[in-house]
Amino acid sequence: MSNMIPFLPLMLGALAALFLRGWARNIIMLAAPIVGALNLMGFEHGVFWAMEFMGYSLELVKVDKLSLMFGYLFHLAALIAVIYALHVKDTVQHVAGLAYASSAVGAVFAGDLLTLFVFWELLALTSVFLIWARRTDRAYASGLRYLIIQVLSGVLLLAGLLIFAKVNNSLLFSHIGLDHDGIAQIGAWLIFAAFGIKSAFPFVHNWLTDSYPESTPSGTIFLASFTTKVAVYAFARAFAGEEILVWIGVTMACFPIFFAVIENDLRRVLAYSLINQIGFMIVGIGIGTSLALNGAVAHAFNDVIFKGLLMMTMGAVLHMTGKINGSELGGLYKSMPKTTILCIVGAASISAFPLFSGFVSKSMIMAAAVKEGYDYVWLLLLFAAAGVFHHAGIKIPYFAFFAHDSGIRTTEPPKNMLIAMTIAAIACVVLGSFPAQTVYALLPWEHDYQPYDVTHVLTQLQLLFFSALAFVWLNQRNLYPPELPSTNLDVDWFYRKLAPNIVKKVACKTYGAYEKLENTVVISIKHMLQSSYDEESGKPKGYFAKLWPIETMVVWVAGLLAAYLMLYYIIGLL
Amino acid sequence: MADQHEPRDFFDKPENIEKMLKVFYVICGLLVVADFIVHRHIYHDWENIPAFYAIYGFVGCSLLVFVAKWMRTFLMRKEDYYDE
Repeated sequence: MSNMIPFLPLMLGALAALFLRGWARNIIMLAAPIVGALNLMGFEHGVFWAMEFMGYSLELVKVDKLSLMFGYLFHLAALIAVIYALHVKDTVQHVAGLAYASSAVGAVFAGDLLTLFVFWELLALTSVFLIWARRTDRAYASGLRYLIIQVLSGVLLLAGLLIFAKVNNSLLFSHIGLDHDGIAQIGAWLIFAAFGIKSAFPFVHNWLTDSYPESTPSGTIFLASFTTKVAVYAFARAFAGEEILVWIGVTMACFPIFFAVIENDLRRVLAYSLINQIGFMIVGIGIGTSLALNGAVAHAFNDVIFKGLLMMTMGAVLHMTGKINGSELGGLYKSMPKTTILCIVGAASISAFPLFSGFVSKSMIMAAAVKEGYDYVWLLLLFAAAGVFHHAGIKIPYFAFFAHDSGIRTTEPPKNMLIAMTIAAIACVVLGSFPAQTVYALLPWEHDYQPYDVTHVLTQLQLLFFSALAFVWLNQRNLYPPELPSTNLDVDWFYRKLAPNIVKKVACKTYGAYEKLENTVVISIKHMLQSSYDEESGKPKGYFAKLWPIETMVVWVAGLLAAYLMLYYIIGLL
Repeated sequence: MADQHEPRDFFDKPENIEKMLKVFYVICGLLVVADFIVHRHIYHDWENIPAFYAIYGFVGCSLLVFVAKWMRTFLMRKEDYYDE
C-alpha cells in the first residue's frame, strides 16, 4: 500500500512549520492539505493499519463514504484557513492550526474507540494554543476554561470506551445507540455525553461562545471548522436515529438565535449561530433516515465553508480595525467593498438563499422532518431558519459594513485573506448551484433528493424576504434593539460567577471561622496567664505559686522527718 | 472621523435607500401574489394557509426580536462584568 496514513501529511506539515521560516514554511503549509487530499483519493473503502493492542484489535484507519466525506472537507477547510493565515508571523498559530486539522482527520478515520479517544484529546490540546495565541488575559482565562471542558469530554469518552471494552470485548467504533443492558447502558451514555460536550449541547455550549471569539482572527477559522464537526461525524456514526437527538437538536437550533440578536461582539454572534447550525445537523442525525442523515452531513460540509467565510470576513474587520463590537463598527463598505460583498455571499449561504450552499442541505433536513411527522420540530426549525437570516444574514453585514457610519476608514485586508475568502465564497455558490456534482456526490447514503423545484424556491424566498421585511419594519420604527457594549449572561455564569463566588464565600467563611477560633484560644491563654500572674508585684498568683521563705521549708522537712520517725516507731511496736 | 469633504456614497443618500426599499417592498408583494398563482406542493396541512411562509417569517422574526429585547432586561451586564 503506497498511501500515507490520512492524518500524516498535515501532521508532517505542522512539524515542518515548526522548523521552517518564510517562504519555505508557506509552501509546505499550502502543500500539506493538498497532498493530504490527493492522498485520500488513493484510498479504497476498507480497514488499514490494523493492529493488536493488549488483546484488542485496533483499526487506525477505516475508510468508508462517511469518513471520506469529512476527510475531504477537513482538507479543504485546512487549505482555506492556511491561506487566510499566511500573512501571520506566529509559529504557534501555524503549527497548532495544522496539527489541529491533522487531529480532526485522524479522528474521522479512526476505526476504533481508542484511536478516536487519542485524536479526541489531541483536538483539545492542539486547538487551545490557537486561543492562547491572542496573548491577552481574557484569551488565556478563556483558553483554560476551554481546555478543562474539552478534556472532561475526553475523560467521559475514555470511561465509556473502557466499559465497552469490558462488556463487548471489542473497541471497534460503529453504531452504539442508547439501548443497552446493565453497565453497557452507562457506557453508552458516557460516550453520548462526551460527544454532546464537543458538539455544544445546551447547557454545555458555552465553551464555544466563550473561547472562539477570544482567539486570533485566523485562529477562529481553524476552530470553527473542526471540533464540532468531528462531534457531528461521531454522532452520525454512533447514534444515528436516536430520537432524543431530535429534541436536543431543535433546542440548539432555537435558543442561540435569541442570544445572537442581543450580542454585541460580532464573532460571538457567529459562535451562537454555529450552535444553531449544529442544531440542524443534530436533528437530522436524530431523525436517522437516509435523507435526514445525508442532510446532516451535507449541512456540516456546507457549514464549514460558509461559517468559515463569515468568520473570515469578521476576522478581516478585526484585523484591519482592531474592533469587532457592533456598537463600534458601521459604514465599512466604503473602505472594504470587497470584504463586504464576500460577507454578503456568506450571509446568503448561511441563510439558505436559493443558489447558495445552505439551501441545498438545510432543505434536506426540513424535508426529512416533515416526512417523518415531526410537525412541531419542523415548525421550530422553520423559525430557526428565519432567525438565522435575521441575525447572521442581516445583522452581521448590516452592523459591520452599513448601519450608521462609525467614521472608521481603513483598507481591504491583506491579499491572502481576500484570496481565502474568495475561494470560500466561490465554493458556497458552486455547492449551492451545482449540488449534484459536488456535495451530493459525496453523500454516504442512497438518496434521490432534488432541492430545486418551484415550491422549495418560492416558499424559501417568501420566508426570507418577509424575515427581512420584519427587520426593515423594526428598524424604521426604532424597535430593533441597538448594539450596546455589554455582556449577556448565559450558562457560563454558573461557573464564571456563581461557583467562584460560592467558593470565595466558603473560603472567606472558613478562614474567618479559623481566625476567630485562633483569637479565642489566644485570648483565653492570655486570660489564664493574667489571672495567674500579678503584673504589679511581678509575682504569680495562687497559693502554691507563692514564694515561700526557706525557714518554712526547714520546718516542713523537720515535720516530715518527725512524722517518719513516729511511723517507724509505731510499726516497730506492732 | 469621517472627512467632511468626502464624496457622499451610495448609501449616504436617503433617496437611494428609499428607492432600494421600494424595490424590496415590490418583491415582497410579488412573492405573495406568486403564492396564489403558482401551484406549490403541500407537504403539511399548515402550508394550505395562504402565504403561510411569508406570515410565519414576519411574525417569527418580530417575535424573536421582541423576546430577545425582553431578555436584555435580565441578562445584560456591563462589558467588563467577568473581568472584575
